Amino acid sequence: MGLKRNVSLSTGLRYKGQGPMLTFVLHRIGGIGMAVFITIHILASFLGGDGGKLANAIYENWAFQIFIFFCVLFHAINGLRITILDLWPKLLEHHREAIWIEWAVFLPIFGISVLVIINTAVGG
Amino acid sequence: MSNAKSRSLSLSQRGMNFETLMWLFTRLSALGMYVLIIFGLIGALIMGARNQMNFADVMRWAFMPTVTHVENTDVPDLAPWIAHLWKLTASALLLLAVAHGVHGLVVIADDYIVTARGRQIARLLSIVFMLAMSGIGLYIILTS
Repeated sequence: MGLKRNVSLSTGLRYKGQGPMLTFVLHRIGGIGMAVFITIHILASFLGGDGGKLANAIYENWAFQIFIFFCVLFHAINGLRITILDLWPKLLEHHREAIWIEWAVFLPIFGISVLVIINTAVGG
Repeated sequence: MSNAKSRSLSLSQRGMNFETLMWLFTRLSALGMYVLIIFGLIGALIMGARNQMNFADVMRWAFMPTVTHVENTDVPDLAPWIAHLWKLTASALLLLAVAHGVHGLVVIADDYIVTARGRQIARLLSIVFMLAMSGIGLYIILTS
């Protein structure tokens, strides 16, 4: 074990992996976002008190709802793509098309959800 | 591309170690969570969520069907929402999600922690964290 890296952070950030790289990064952001959110949410519900109330009040804010719904929905849809391609490896030939389908599913659902969340927030 | 052939080995040739099992678990638990979330969503709609809850509340229920997530809505009677079926669904979802999520964090940590000793410590911490969150989560679900 022990991995040697000869790549600096700035070089890493300039790596252009395009579509697949973008889904990888967003999948990771969504995963970490959910892990942090759910951990704090469970602890806040468990401990209660002023801190717990504050944490759960932040979570009910519409801006946070949009952020966490992005994390959840993207992670779920991208995860389903990964699962399908990994369990049926023959489909890997079409992995770029799969990413286009993924965006075609994700964008309408997320777009409508954001509209509904904002609509509810402004008293619709 | 057109003549690309699948080069995957059969399971017996590849051998099954812990990492392979967890790779499979991550994918199967994802499918399991899909089933449970869609089950909760359909259940909410059958119990009348369409006219009594807003979108965010329905989502909150679908992703974790505990009664605290519907207390502040217009649902007239909480009894069907507190049924054992939903506590069982919520518990299954919690255990799958915590195991899936903690393993995901270990995968991310492995990208940055590269020494054998460091990875051992990360795994030990992850097991403690997983047991703690599962226990606390189950306590909240079963007592709420």
